[in-house]
Amino acid sequence: MDQREIENISLKKQYRILKIAIAALFLYTCGFFYYLFNPSCLDFNSKEVPTYIDDDDRIENGIHVSTGLIEAEGLMLVVNNCTNCHSSKLVIQNRMNEDGWNQTIKWMQETQNLWDLGENQKPIVDYLVTNYPPRTKGRRMVLKDIEWYDLYNE
Amino acid sequence: MKRRDFVRKASLSSFATLIGAEIVFASKMVDGYIPLALQDPDPFKLFNKNKGMVVLNDKPWNIEAQAHLLDDPITPNAKMFIRNNGLVPQKINAETWTLTVDGESVINKKTYSLAELKSKFEQYTYQLTLECGGNGRSEFDPPAKGNQWTVGAVHCATWTGVRLRDILNDAGIKDNAIYIGYHAVDQHLSLDPTKEPISRGCPISKAIQDETILAFKMNGEDIPIAHGYPLRLVAGGWPASVSGKWINRISIRNKVHDGTKMMGTAYRVPCESVAPGSKVKDEDMCIIESMPVKSLITFPKSGAVIKKGESLKISGHAWAGELEVSKMEYSIDFGSTWNNCIVANPPNRLAWQRFTASIDFPKKGYYEVWARATDTNGTAQPMLLPGWNPKGYLNNACHRIAVKVK
Repeated sequence: MDQREIENISLKKQYRILKIAIAALFLYTCGFFYYLFNPSCLDFNSKEVPTYIDDDDRIENGIHVSTGLIEAEGLMLVVNNCTNCHSSKLVIQNRMNEDGWNQTIKWMQETQNLWDLGENQKPIVDYLVTNYPPRTKGRRMVLKDIEWYDLYNE
Repeated sequence: MKRRDFVRKASLSSFATLIGAEIVFASKMVDGYIPLALQDPDPFKLFNKNKGMVVLNDKPWNIEAQAHLLDDPITPNAKMFIRNNGLVPQKINAETWTLTVDGESVINKKTYSLAELKSKFEQYTYQLTLECGGNGRSEFDPPAKGNQWTVGAVHCATWTGVRLRDILNDAGIKDNAIYIGYHAVDQHLSLDPTKEPISRGCPISKAIQDETILAFKMNGEDIPIAHGYPLRLVAGGWPASVSGKWINRISIRNKVHDGTKMMGTAYRVPCESVAPGSKVKDEDMCIIESMPVKSLITFPKSGAVIKKGESLKISGHAWAGELEVSKMEYSIDFGSTWNNCIVANPPNRLAWQRFTASIDFPKKGYYEVWARATDTNGTAQPMLLPGWNPKGYLNNACHRIAVKVK
Protein backbone atom coordinates (compact mmCIF):
# COMPACT_ATOMS: atom_id res chain seq x y z
CA MET A 1 0.00 0.00 0.00
CA ASP A 2 1.64 3.31 -0.98
CA GLN A 3 1.49 6.60 0.84
CA ARG A 4 -1.23 8.05 -1.40
CA GLU A 5 -3.62 5.16 -0.76
CA ILE A 6 -3.07 5.51 2.97
CA GLU A 7 -3.81 9.22 2.78
CA ASN A 8 -6.99 8.50 0.83
CA ILE A 9 -8.13 5.98 3.39
CA SER A 10 -7.47 8.28 6.31
CA LEU A 11 -9.20 11.23 4.61
CA LYS A 12 -12.27 9.07 3.97
CA LYS A 13 -12.28 8.05 7.64
CA GLN A 14 -12.08 11.66 8.78
CA TYR A 15 -14.92 12.59 6.41
CA ARG A 16 -17.03 9.81 7.95
CA ILE A 17 -16.33 11.07 11.48
CA LEU A 18 -17.31 14.59 10.42
CA LYS A 19 -20.62 13.29 9.05
CA ILE A 20 -21.37 11.47 12.31
CA ALA A 21 -20.54 14.59 14.34
CA ILE A 22 -22.86 16.77 12.22
CA ALA A 23 -25.68 14.23 12.56
CA ALA A 24 -25.20 14.11 16.36
CA LEU A 25 -25.24 17.91 16.58
CA PHE A 26 -28.44 18.04 14.52
CA LEU A 27 -30.22 15.53 16.77
CA TYR A 28 -29.05 17.33 19.88
CA THR A 29 -30.34 20.65 18.56
CA CYS A 30 -33.75 19.16 17.69
CA GLY A 31 -33.99 17.63 21.15
CA PHE A 32 -33.05 20.92 22.79
CA PHE A 33 -35.76 22.90 20.97
CA TYR A 34 -38.37 20.23 21.70
CA TYR A 35 -37.50 20.52 25.38
CA LEU A 36 -37.74 24.34 25.22
CA PHE A 37 -41.32 24.13 23.98
CA ASN A 38 -42.31 21.08 26.06
CA PRO A 39 -40.46 21.57 29.32
CA SER A 40 -42.53 18.89 31.03
CA CYS A 41 -41.54 16.18 28.57
CA LEU A 42 -38.78 14.94 30.84
CA ASP A 43 -40.87 15.11 34.00
CA PHE A 44 -42.44 11.71 34.32
CA ASN A 45 -44.12 12.33 37.64
CA SER A 46 -46.39 15.02 36.25
CA LYS A 47 -48.92 12.69 34.63
CA GLU A 48 -52.27 12.45 36.34
CA VAL A 49 -52.31 9.15 38.12
CA PRO A 50 -53.77 7.95 41.39
CA THR A 51 -51.53 9.46 44.01
CA TYR A 52 -49.12 7.05 45.58
CA ILE A 53 -48.22 7.95 49.10
CA ASP A 54 -45.08 6.58 50.56
CA ASP A 55 -42.66 8.08 52.96
CA ASP A 56 -39.80 6.33 51.28
CA ASP A 57 -39.26 7.19 47.65
CA ARG A 58 -35.51 7.05 48.02
CA ILE A 59 -33.37 5.66 45.23
CA GLU A 60 -30.27 3.78 46.29
CA ASN A 61 -27.80 2.25 43.87
CA GLY A 62 -30.27 2.72 41.04
CA ILE A 63 -33.06 0.92 42.91
CA HIS A 64 -36.31 2.41 44.22
CA VAL A 65 -35.93 1.34 47.83
CA SER A 66 -39.55 0.72 48.80
CA THR A 67 -40.40 -1.41 45.76
CA GLY A 68 -37.07 -2.79 44.59
CA LEU A 69 -37.85 -1.59 41.07
CA ILE A 70 -35.08 -0.31 38.86
CA GLU A 71 -34.78 3.48 38.69
CA ALA A 72 -35.44 4.40 35.09
CA GLU A 73 -37.75 6.40 32.86
CA GLY A 74 -41.32 5.47 33.82
CA LEU A 75 -40.55 4.14 37.31
CA MET A 76 -43.14 6.22 39.19
CA LEU A 77 -45.86 5.38 36.66
CA VAL A 78 -45.25 1.72 37.39
CA VAL A 79 -45.08 2.30 41.14
CA ASN A 80 -48.34 4.25 41.10
CA ASN A 81 -50.29 2.02 38.73
CA CYS A 82 -48.93 -1.46 39.39
CA THR A 83 -48.19 -1.76 43.10
CA ASN A 84 -51.52 -0.77 44.58
CA CYS A 85 -53.01 -4.21 44.24
CA HIS A 86 -50.00 -6.46 44.19
CA SER A 87 -46.39 -6.44 45.21
CA SER A 88 -43.72 -5.10 42.94
CA LYS A 89 -42.12 -8.54 43.33
CA LEU A 90 -44.79 -9.90 41.03
CA VAL A 91 -43.59 -7.43 38.42
CA ILE A 92 -39.93 -8.11 38.98
CA GLN A 93 -40.13 -11.89 38.76
CA ASN A 94 -42.26 -11.86 35.62
CA ARG A 95 -40.43 -11.10 32.42
CA MET A 96 -42.39 -10.54 29.25
CA ASN A 97 -42.20 -8.82 25.92
CA GLU A 98 -44.42 -5.90 24.94
CA ASP A 99 -47.22 -8.14 23.74
CA GLY A 100 -47.07 -10.21 26.91
CA TRP A 101 -47.30 -7.16 29.15
CA ASN A 102 -50.17 -5.71 27.13
CA GLN A 103 -52.03 -9.04 27.36
CA THR A 104 -51.43 -9.15 31.09
CA ILE A 105 -52.72 -5.61 31.53
CA LYS A 106 -55.81 -6.55 29.52
CA TRP A 107 -56.34 -9.61 31.69
CA MET A 108 -55.96 -7.50 34.86
CA GLN A 109 -58.48 -5.00 33.50
CA GLU A 110 -60.92 -7.76 32.65
CA THR A 111 -60.61 -9.72 35.86
CA GLN A 112 -58.75 -7.69 38.50
CA ASN A 113 -60.38 -4.27 38.29
CA LEU A 114 -57.36 -2.54 36.92
CA TRP A 115 -58.37 0.86 35.61
CA ASP A 116 -57.85 2.13 32.09
CA LEU A 117 -54.20 3.17 31.91
CA GLY A 118 -54.86 5.51 28.99
CA GLU A 119 -51.82 7.30 27.71
CA ASN A 120 -49.76 5.83 30.55
CA GLN A 121 -49.94 2.30 29.22
CA LYS A 122 -47.23 2.77 26.62
CA PRO A 123 -44.59 4.29 28.96
CA ILE A 124 -45.40 1.64 31.57
CA VAL A 125 -44.94 -1.20 29.12
CA ASP A 126 -41.81 0.48 27.73
CA TYR A 127 -40.37 0.58 31.25
CA LEU A 128 -41.15 -3.08 31.88
CA VAL A 129 -39.82 -4.29 28.57
CA THR A 130 -36.68 -2.20 28.91
CA ASN A 131 -35.87 -3.03 32.50
CA TYR A 132 -37.38 -6.48 32.88
CA PRO A 133 -37.03 -8.03 29.45
CA PRO A 134 -37.73 -11.71 28.89
CA ARG A 135 -35.16 -13.96 30.49
CA THR A 136 -33.21 -15.43 27.64
CA LYS A 137 -31.32 -17.82 29.87
CA GLY A 138 -31.92 -20.14 32.74
CA ARG A 139 -30.27 -23.40 33.47
CA ARG A 140 -30.82 -24.18 29.78
CA MET A 141 -32.20 -22.05 26.99
CA VAL A 142 -34.93 -23.10 24.61
CA LEU A 143 -33.59 -23.79 21.11
CA LYS A 144 -34.43 -20.68 19.16
CA ASP A 145 -33.85 -18.99 15.81
CA ILE A 146 -34.22 -22.36 14.11
CA GLU A 147 -34.05 -22.11 10.34
CA TRP A 148 -36.13 -25.02 9.09
CA TYR A 149 -35.06 -26.72 5.87
CA ASP A 150 -35.86 -29.94 4.05
CA LEU A 151 -32.97 -32.28 4.75
CA TYR A 152 -33.59 -34.84 2.02
CA ASN A 153 -34.67 -33.63 -1.40
CA GLU A 154 -37.94 -34.96 -2.73
CA MET B 1 3.89 22.13 7.09
CA LYS B 2 4.08 19.84 4.11
CA ARG B 3 0.77 18.35 3.13
CA ARG B 4 2.01 14.86 3.71
CA ASP B 5 3.06 15.65 7.28
CA PHE B 6 -0.28 17.23 7.94
CA VAL B 7 -2.10 14.17 6.65
CA ARG B 8 0.06 11.88 8.73
CA LYS B 9 -0.53 13.84 11.95
CA ALA B 10 -4.23 14.15 11.22
CA SER B 11 -4.40 10.45 10.48
CA LEU B 12 -2.87 9.54 13.79
CA SER B 13 -5.43 11.54 15.71
CA SER B 14 -8.30 10.15 13.66
CA PHE B 15 -6.95 6.63 14.12
CA ALA B 16 -7.10 7.30 17.83
CA THR B 17 -10.68 8.52 17.52
CA LEU B 18 -11.71 5.47 15.58
CA ILE B 19 -10.08 3.05 17.97
CA GLY B 20 -11.51 4.95 20.91
CA ALA B 21 -8.19 5.20 22.64
CA GLU B 22 -4.99 7.12 22.36
CA ILE B 23 -2.34 5.32 20.41
CA VAL B 24 0.28 5.34 23.11
CA PHE B 25 3.30 4.85 20.94
CA ALA B 26 1.99 6.77 17.95
CA SER B 27 5.26 8.60 17.51
CA LYS B 28 7.01 5.28 17.06
CA MET B 29 4.58 4.11 14.40
CA VAL B 30 6.23 3.48 11.08
CA ASP B 31 5.25 5.77 8.21
CA GLY B 32 2.46 4.14 6.25
CA TYR B 33 1.59 1.68 8.99
CA ILE B 34 -2.15 1.20 9.46
CA PRO B 35 -2.97 0.08 12.99
CA LEU B 36 -4.19 -3.51 13.10
CA ALA B 37 -7.49 -2.35 14.51
CA LEU B 38 -8.20 -0.68 11.19
CA GLN B 39 -6.96 -3.36 8.86
CA ASP B 40 -9.05 -5.20 6.31
CA PRO B 41 -12.46 -5.37 7.91
CA ASP B 42 -13.36 -8.56 6.07
CA PRO B 43 -12.05 -11.26 8.37
CA PHE B 44 -13.34 -13.98 6.08
CA LYS B 45 -10.92 -12.87 3.39
CA LEU B 46 -8.25 -11.85 5.85
CA PHE B 47 -8.14 -15.29 7.47
CA ASN B 48 -9.65 -17.46 4.70
CA LYS B 49 -12.64 -18.37 6.83
CA ASN B 50 -15.91 -19.98 5.82
CA LYS B 51 -18.75 -17.45 5.43
CA GLY B 52 -20.76 -19.30 8.06
CA MET B 53 -18.26 -18.46 10.80
CA VAL B 54 -19.44 -15.90 13.32
CA VAL B 55 -17.35 -12.90 14.32
CA LEU B 56 -17.72 -12.25 18.05
CA ASN B 57 -15.09 -9.57 18.32
CA ASP B 58 -12.92 -7.70 15.89
CA LYS B 59 -10.41 -6.21 18.27
CA PRO B 60 -8.95 -8.57 19.09
CA TRP B 61 -10.25 -11.02 16.54
CA ASN B 62 -12.48 -13.72 17.95
CA ILE B 63 -14.38 -15.84 15.48
CA GLU B 64 -16.27 -19.05 16.07
CA ALA B 65 -17.55 -21.93 13.98
CA GLN B 66 -21.07 -23.35 14.11
CA ALA B 67 -21.74 -26.97 14.96
CA HIS B 68 -22.65 -27.94 11.41
CA LEU B 69 -19.38 -26.48 10.09
CA LEU B 70 -17.38 -28.94 12.17
CA ASP B 71 -18.40 -32.15 10.41
CA ASP B 72 -15.01 -32.70 8.72
CA PRO B 73 -13.09 -35.45 10.54
CA ILE B 74 -10.05 -33.16 10.39
CA THR B 75 -11.02 -29.49 10.74
CA PRO B 76 -9.80 -27.38 7.80
CA ASN B 77 -8.50 -23.86 8.43
CA ALA B 78 -11.67 -22.32 6.98
CA LYS B 79 -13.72 -23.71 9.86
CA MET B 80 -11.31 -23.28 12.77
CA PHE B 81 -12.24 -20.79 15.44
CA ILE B 82 -9.88 -17.89 16.16
CA ARG B 83 -9.37 -16.73 19.69
CA ASN B 84 -6.92 -13.89 20.15
CA ASN B 85 -6.08 -12.02 23.31
CA GLY B 86 -3.91 -9.45 21.54
CA LEU B 87 -3.19 -8.25 18.04
CA VAL B 88 -2.04 -10.62 15.32
CA PRO B 89 1.69 -10.00 14.71
CA GLN B 90 2.36 -8.07 11.53
CA LYS B 91 5.75 -8.88 10.14
CA ILE B 92 7.02 -12.38 10.74
CA ASN B 93 10.21 -13.64 9.22
CA ALA B 94 10.51 -17.40 9.57
CA GLU B 95 14.12 -17.23 8.34
CA THR B 96 15.24 -15.22 11.35
CA TRP B 97 12.75 -16.66 13.85
CA THR B 98 14.24 -18.15 17.00
CA LEU B 99 13.00 -20.08 19.99
CA THR B 100 14.73 -19.52 23.31
CA VAL B 101 14.46 -21.92 26.22
CA ASP B 102 15.18 -20.21 29.52
CA GLY B 103 13.77 -19.88 33.03
CA GLU B 104 14.86 -20.56 36.63
CA SER B 105 14.88 -24.29 36.03
CA VAL B 106 16.73 -24.59 32.73
CA ILE B 107 20.20 -26.12 32.95
CA ASN B 108 21.54 -24.45 29.80
CA LYS B 109 19.66 -21.54 28.29
CA LYS B 110 19.45 -22.26 24.57
CA THR B 111 18.26 -20.58 21.40
CA TYR B 112 17.26 -22.46 18.25
CA SER B 113 16.45 -21.29 14.76
CA LEU B 114 13.41 -22.83 13.10
CA ALA B 115 15.74 -24.75 10.77
CA GLU B 116 17.59 -26.15 13.78
CA LEU B 117 14.37 -27.26 15.43
CA LYS B 118 13.33 -29.04 12.25
CA SER B 119 16.67 -30.76 11.63
CA LYS B 120 17.81 -31.49 15.16
CA PHE B 121 14.68 -33.11 16.55
CA GLU B 122 12.44 -35.88 15.30
CA GLN B 123 9.11 -34.67 13.87
CA TYR B 124 5.69 -36.00 14.79
CA THR B 125 2.18 -35.43 13.48
CA TYR B 126 -0.88 -35.66 15.72
CA GLN B 127 -4.51 -34.73 15.33
CA LEU B 128 -5.30 -32.69 18.45
CA THR B 129 -8.52 -31.31 19.90
CA LEU B 130 -8.22 -27.70 20.95
CA GLU B 131 -11.20 -26.17 22.67
CA CYS B 132 -11.38 -22.68 24.10
CA GLY B 133 -11.90 -22.79 27.86
CA GLY B 134 -14.81 -20.36 27.42
CA ASN B 135 -16.61 -22.35 24.72
CA GLY B 136 -20.30 -22.29 25.68
CA ARG B 137 -19.95 -19.22 27.89
CA SER B 138 -23.02 -17.57 26.34
CA GLU B 139 -25.29 -19.99 28.19
CA PHE B 140 -24.26 -19.10 31.72
CA ASP B 141 -26.74 -17.30 33.93
CA PRO B 142 -25.91 -14.89 35.45
CA PRO B 143 -23.94 -14.07 32.34
CA ALA B 144 -20.18 -14.19 32.39
CA LYS B 145 -18.02 -11.46 30.97
CA GLY B 146 -16.02 -12.15 27.84
CA ASN B 147 -16.65 -13.29 24.32
CA GLN B 148 -20.01 -15.02 24.24
CA TRP B 149 -18.96 -18.27 22.61
CA THR B 150 -21.79 -20.65 21.75
CA VAL B 151 -20.54 -24.08 20.67
CA GLY B 152 -18.03 -23.37 17.91
CA ALA B 153 -14.78 -22.68 19.76
CA VAL B 154 -13.34 -26.14 19.16
CA HIS B 155 -11.37 -27.72 16.35
CA CYS B 156 -9.34 -30.81 15.67
CA ALA B 157 -6.67 -30.25 13.02
CA THR B 158 -3.43 -32.14 12.48
CA TRP B 159 -0.29 -30.53 13.78
CA THR B 160 3.27 -31.39 12.78
CA GLY B 161 6.27 -30.41 14.84
CA VAL B 162 8.80 -31.46 17.41
CA ARG B 163 8.11 -32.71 20.91
CA LEU B 164 8.47 -30.03 23.54
CA ARG B 165 9.98 -32.75 25.76
CA ASP B 166 12.88 -33.28 23.35
CA ILE B 167 13.69 -29.57 23.34
CA LEU B 168 13.37 -29.20 27.11
CA ASN B 169 15.65 -32.21 27.58
CA ASP B 170 18.17 -30.78 25.12
CA ALA B 171 18.39 -27.61 27.18
CA GLY B 172 18.17 -29.57 30.41
CA ILE B 173 15.46 -29.56 33.09
CA LYS B 174 16.51 -28.98 36.70
CA ASP B 175 14.98 -31.17 39.40
CA ASN B 176 13.05 -28.23 40.83
CA ALA B 177 11.13 -27.56 37.59
CA ILE B 178 7.36 -27.67 37.97
CA TYR B 179 5.89 -25.63 35.11
CA ILE B 180 6.61 -24.21 31.70
CA GLY B 181 5.44 -20.81 30.49
CA TYR B 182 5.36 -19.57 26.92
CA HIS B 183 6.09 -16.15 25.49
CA ALA B 184 5.08 -14.91 22.07
CA VAL B 185 5.33 -11.92 19.78
CA ASP B 186 1.68 -10.88 19.57
CA GLN B 187 0.98 -7.29 20.55
CA HIS B 188 -0.98 -6.09 23.55
CA LEU B 189 -4.20 -4.22 22.66
CA SER B 190 -2.76 -1.06 24.22
CA LEU B 191 0.26 -1.41 21.92
CA ASP B 192 2.40 -1.14 25.06
CA PRO B 193 5.43 -3.25 24.17
CA THR B 194 6.09 -4.07 27.83
CA LYS B 195 2.79 -5.94 28.13
CA GLU B 196 2.11 -9.47 26.94
CA PRO B 197 -1.47 -10.16 25.79
CA ILE B 198 -1.21 -13.72 27.09
CA SER B 199 1.56 -15.89 28.49
CA ARG B 200 0.26 -19.17 29.83
CA GLY B 201 1.70 -22.64 30.25
CA CYS B 202 1.28 -26.05 31.84
CA PRO B 203 2.85 -28.30 34.45
CA ILE B 204 5.97 -30.24 33.41
CA SER B 205 3.90 -33.45 33.41
CA LYS B 206 1.77 -32.08 30.55
CA ALA B 207 4.75 -30.44 28.82
CA ILE B 208 6.58 -33.77 28.48
CA GLN B 209 3.69 -35.77 27.03
CA ASP B 210 4.35 -37.32 23.61
CA GLU B 211 1.59 -35.24 22.03
CA THR B 212 2.69 -31.86 23.40
CA ILE B 213 4.52 -30.38 20.44
CA LEU B 214 5.94 -27.19 19.05
CA ALA B 215 4.28 -27.23 15.66
CA PHE B 216 5.28 -25.55 12.43
CA LYS B 217 2.69 -27.20 10.20
CA MET B 218 -1.10 -27.42 10.43
CA ASN B 219 -2.98 -29.83 8.19
CA GLY B 220 0.25 -30.38 6.24
CA GLU B 221 0.92 -26.73 5.43
CA ASP B 222 2.54 -23.74 7.08
CA ILE B 223 0.38 -22.70 10.02
CA PRO B 224 -1.91 -19.80 8.98
CA ILE B 225 -0.91 -16.50 10.58
CA ALA B 226 -4.03 -16.35 12.75
CA HIS B 227 -3.27 -19.77 14.18
CA GLY B 228 0.30 -19.08 15.21
CA TYR B 229 2.71 -19.02 12.25
CA PRO B 230 5.55 -19.86 12.35
CA LEU B 231 5.62 -21.76 15.65
CA ARG B 232 2.79 -22.83 17.93
CA LEU B 233 2.76 -24.80 21.15
CA VAL B 234 0.03 -27.43 20.88
CA ALA B 235 -1.21 -29.13 24.05
CA GLY B 236 -4.34 -31.06 23.09
CA GLY B 237 -7.15 -31.66 25.57
CA TRP B 238 -6.39 -28.59 27.67
CA PRO B 239 -7.90 -25.13 27.30
CA ALA B 240 -6.66 -23.93 23.91
CA SER B 241 -5.03 -20.94 25.62
CA VAL B 242 -2.27 -23.33 26.74
CA SER B 243 -1.47 -23.80 23.06
CA GLY B 244 0.29 -20.47 22.63
CA LYS B 245 0.69 -18.96 19.18
CA TRP B 246 3.70 -17.16 17.63
CA ILE B 247 5.99 -18.70 20.27
CA ASN B 248 9.54 -17.38 20.59
CA ARG B 249 10.38 -18.36 24.16
CA ILE B 250 9.61 -21.17 26.58
CA SER B 251 10.56 -20.68 30.22
CA ILE B 252 11.11 -23.66 32.50
CA ARG B 253 9.78 -22.44 35.81
CA ASN B 254 10.45 -23.47 39.41
CA LYS B 255 6.93 -22.32 40.29
CA VAL B 256 3.54 -22.16 38.64
CA HIS B 257 3.99 -19.82 35.68
CA ASP B 258 2.81 -16.35 36.59
CA GLY B 259 2.39 -14.83 33.12
CA THR B 260 -0.59 -12.85 31.84
CA LYS B 261 -3.88 -14.75 32.14
CA MET B 262 -2.55 -17.26 34.65
CA MET B 263 -4.00 -15.34 37.60
CA GLY B 264 -7.32 -14.03 38.88
CA THR B 265 -10.38 -15.35 37.11
CA ALA B 266 -8.59 -15.99 33.79
CA TYR B 267 -8.78 -19.64 32.80
CA ARG B 268 -9.46 -20.49 36.42
CA VAL B 269 -12.58 -21.80 38.12
CA PRO B 270 -13.62 -22.01 41.77
CA CYS B 271 -11.73 -24.88 43.44
CA GLU B 272 -14.96 -25.73 45.23
CA SER B 273 -18.29 -25.28 43.46
CA VAL B 274 -20.18 -22.05 44.14
CA ALA B 275 -23.74 -20.82 43.74
CA PRO B 276 -24.42 -18.95 40.48
CA GLY B 277 -23.34 -15.32 40.72
CA SER B 278 -21.05 -15.79 43.72
CA LYS B 279 -18.00 -13.64 44.25
CA VAL B 280 -14.96 -15.88 44.47
CA LYS B 281 -11.65 -14.84 45.99
CA ASP B 282 -8.50 -15.22 43.91
CA GLU B 283 -7.04 -17.74 46.33
CA ASP B 284 -10.13 -19.92 45.93
CA MET B 285 -9.68 -20.21 42.17
CA CYS B 286 -7.88 -23.14 40.53
CA ILE B 287 -6.26 -23.31 37.08
CA ILE B 288 -8.21 -25.31 34.51
CA GLU B 289 -6.28 -28.35 33.34
CA SER B 290 -7.96 -31.10 31.28
CA MET B 291 -11.14 -30.03 29.50
CA PRO B 292 -14.33 -31.97 30.32
CA VAL B 293 -16.10 -34.60 28.20
CA LYS B 294 -18.16 -33.04 25.41
CA SER B 295 -19.68 -33.71 22.01
CA LEU B 296 -21.26 -31.94 19.07
CA ILE B 297 -23.79 -33.13 16.51
CA THR B 298 -22.19 -31.81 13.33
CA PHE B 299 -24.71 -33.29 10.89
CA PRO B 300 -27.41 -32.42 10.18
CA LYS B 301 -27.58 -28.71 10.85
CA SER B 302 -30.23 -27.87 13.43
CA GLY B 303 -33.62 -27.28 11.77
CA ALA B 304 -33.75 -30.35 9.54
CA VAL B 305 -37.22 -31.32 8.34
CA ILE B 306 -37.71 -34.95 7.28
CA LYS B 307 -40.71 -37.00 6.26
CA LYS B 308 -42.27 -39.65 8.44
CA GLY B 309 -40.66 -42.99 7.67
CA GLU B 310 -37.29 -41.48 6.76
CA SER B 311 -34.33 -42.34 8.97
CA LEU B 312 -32.16 -39.49 10.16
CA LYS B 313 -28.46 -40.21 9.91
CA ILE B 314 -26.55 -38.09 12.39
CA SER B 315 -22.81 -37.67 12.82
CA GLY B 316 -20.61 -35.69 15.12
CA HIS B 317 -17.52 -35.58 17.26
CA ALA B 318 -16.88 -36.31 20.91
CA TRP B 319 -13.83 -35.60 23.03
CA ALA B 320 -12.85 -35.82 26.67
CA GLY B 321 -9.78 -33.70 27.46
CA GLU B 322 -7.00 -36.00 28.62
CA LEU B 323 -9.34 -38.99 28.50
CA GLU B 324 -11.18 -40.86 25.80
CA VAL B 325 -14.87 -41.13 25.11
CA SER B 326 -16.06 -44.61 25.98
CA LYS B 327 -19.77 -44.23 25.22
CA MET B 328 -21.82 -41.97 22.99
CA GLU B 329 -25.61 -41.77 23.16
CA TYR B 330 -28.47 -39.81 21.70
CA SER B 331 -31.99 -39.07 22.94
CA ILE B 332 -35.04 -37.91 20.97
CA ASP B 333 -37.33 -37.64 23.99
CA PHE B 334 -35.63 -34.90 26.00
CA GLY B 335 -33.37 -37.30 27.85
CA SER B 336 -36.03 -39.78 28.96
CA THR B 337 -34.43 -42.64 27.04
CA TRP B 338 -31.01 -42.97 25.46
CA ASN B 339 -29.71 -44.98 22.52
CA ASN B 340 -26.13 -45.80 21.67
CA CYS B 341 -24.28 -44.21 18.79
CA ILE B 342 -21.38 -45.90 17.04
CA VAL B 343 -18.27 -44.11 18.26
CA ALA B 344 -14.89 -44.57 16.58
CA ASN B 345 -11.55 -44.80 18.35
CA PRO B 346 -9.53 -41.59 18.17
CA PRO B 347 -6.87 -41.50 15.40
CA ASN B 348 -4.40 -40.82 18.22
CA ARG B 349 -4.58 -39.81 21.88
CA LEU B 350 -6.18 -36.36 22.41
CA ALA B 351 -7.99 -36.37 19.05
CA TRP B 352 -11.76 -36.20 18.90
CA GLN B 353 -13.79 -39.28 18.04
CA ARG B 354 -16.35 -39.49 15.29
CA PHE B 355 -19.80 -40.83 16.11
CA THR B 356 -22.72 -41.80 13.93
CA ALA B 357 -26.26 -43.05 14.44
CA SER B 358 -29.37 -43.69 12.40
CA ILE B 359 -32.53 -42.46 14.08
CA ASP B 360 -36.13 -43.53 13.42
CA PHE B 361 -38.87 -41.28 14.76
CA PRO B 362 -42.10 -42.85 16.01
CA LYS B 363 -44.49 -40.19 14.69
CA LYS B 364 -44.74 -36.71 13.24
CA GLY B 365 -43.81 -33.76 15.36
CA TYR B 366 -41.09 -31.53 16.79
CA TYR B 367 -38.06 -33.31 18.17
CA GLU B 368 -34.75 -32.40 19.68
CA VAL B 369 -31.84 -34.74 19.22
CA TRP B 370 -29.63 -34.57 22.27
CA ALA B 371 -26.12 -36.00 22.32
CA ARG B 372 -24.32 -37.24 25.41
CA ALA B 373 -20.76 -38.50 25.66
CA THR B 374 -19.32 -40.45 28.59
CA ASP B 375 -15.57 -40.54 29.28
CA THR B 376 -13.42 -43.46 30.40
CA ASN B 377 -13.90 -42.43 34.03
CA GLY B 378 -17.66 -42.86 33.63
CA THR B 379 -18.36 -39.12 33.71
CA ALA B 380 -21.06 -38.01 31.28
CA GLN B 381 -22.10 -34.63 29.93
CA PRO B 382 -24.81 -32.89 31.93
CA MET B 383 -28.14 -32.01 30.28
CA LEU B 384 -28.26 -28.66 32.05
CA LEU B 385 -25.49 -26.14 32.51
CA PRO B 386 -22.65 -27.41 34.68
CA GLY B 387 -21.37 -25.48 37.70
CA TRP B 388 -21.44 -21.74 37.33
CA ASN B 389 -18.10 -19.98 37.52
CA PRO B 390 -17.24 -16.26 37.31
CA LYS B 391 -15.87 -16.33 33.77
CA GLY B 392 -18.18 -18.94 32.34
CA TYR B 393 -15.71 -21.71 31.52
CA LEU B 394 -16.21 -25.44 30.95
CA ASN B 395 -19.79 -25.51 29.72
CA ASN B 396 -20.10 -29.07 28.47
CA ALA B 397 -23.89 -29.35 28.60
CA CYS B 398 -25.21 -31.74 25.95
CA HIS B 399 -25.57 -30.43 22.42
CA ARG B 400 -29.08 -30.31 20.96
CA ILE B 401 -30.44 -29.93 17.46
CA ALA B 402 -34.03 -29.35 16.41
CA VAL B 403 -35.69 -31.76 13.97
CA LYS B 404 -39.21 -31.82 12.54
CA VAL B 405 -40.89 -34.90 11.15
CA LYS B 406 -43.77 -34.07 8.82
